[in-house]
Amino acid sequence: MSGGWFTTKLNYVIGWGRKFSLFHYPFITACCGMEYMSTACAHWDFDRFGCGLTTFSPRQADLIMVVGTISQKEAPVLKTIYDQMCEPKWVLAIGACTLSGGIYDNYAVVQGIDNIIPVDVYVPGCPPRPETILDAIVKLQEKIQNQEQEFRWKRRK
Amino acid sequence: MEKKKITEILKEKFPEKIKQTSAQFGDETIVIERDFLRDLCTFMMKEPYAYTMLLDLTCVDYMGEDLRFEMVYHLFSMANNERLRIKVRLSEKDLKIDSLTPLWKNANWLEREVYDMFGVHFEGHPYLVRLFMYDSFEGYPLRKDYPLRKRQPLIPMRRKV
Repeated sequence: MSGGWFTTKLNYVIGWGRKFSLFHYPFITACCGMEYMSTACAHWDFDRFGCGLTTFSPRQADLIMVVGTISQKEAPVLKTIYDQMCEPKWVLAIGACTLSGGIYDNYAVVQGIDNIIPVDVYVPGCPPRPETILDAIVKLQEKIQNQEQEFRWKRRK
Repeated sequence: MEKKKITEILKEKFPEKIKQTSAQFGDETIVIERDFLRDLCTFMMKEPYAYTMLLDLTCVDYMGEDLRFEMVYHLFSMANNERLRIKVRLSEKDLKIDSLTPLWKNANWLEREVYDMFGVHFEGHPYLVRLFMYDSFEGYPLRKDYPLRKRQPLIPMRRKV
């Protein structure tokens, strides 16, 4: 990251703010949703990491969690939802089926959602344990903290 | 006295219509001709047999055989607690059979599923369109000759499939 003291500090502060206020949209289609639920509830509780507010409107979400098998018939829906989200936005792909199609190597299932939308963090497992999902959130926060932040009045190169 | 099995009763009643019967461990099965299906089911629904419930309806692809497809109907009699399986063989060139939707309402979606996956046409079905796959999908995915790795995405993929 280049820039003067003020630019880098501003970048740091915006990243700090963004990583602890992830509003997420759960796009849950299959059994990994059970793991998502236990991660969201009191036992594991990802609200501790500032990721607790679930919005069911993609327009207010920063993070979309894609949890479960995405079929070919459902692919346009996922694409539309992703396009409806405002920048900046991040994608968490949870579970083997979401990452690669998993055991469903057939005519009906998308072989990995990175065929449709870009993915920031991949969470493997069938299903992944809640600790894995928490680890993914921490890794996503690291990524958000260290990436170059985009904002509206930023001067473009 | 032991009760007479349904396969034997049917064999005595329709000797020329029923091609084959078998019963083992309580899976009474009859194989019939295509044209006889609707009449047989109407007969089976009535007393005293009262096979009032259609449990399942599906299809099997025996690729390479003369009569390639086999429709399988599972009936259940709640009055007598008996099950019956009806099988009908169909050839690929003339792939149609009478719909059972007038007799059982749940046959509607089951037949749409079989139409979607195997391409069997049900005559007299009120709304025979694909149930699972999208309308632009080509071919019938559960047939043995559908290519294993063939993909038909609805939206363009970001990288080559």
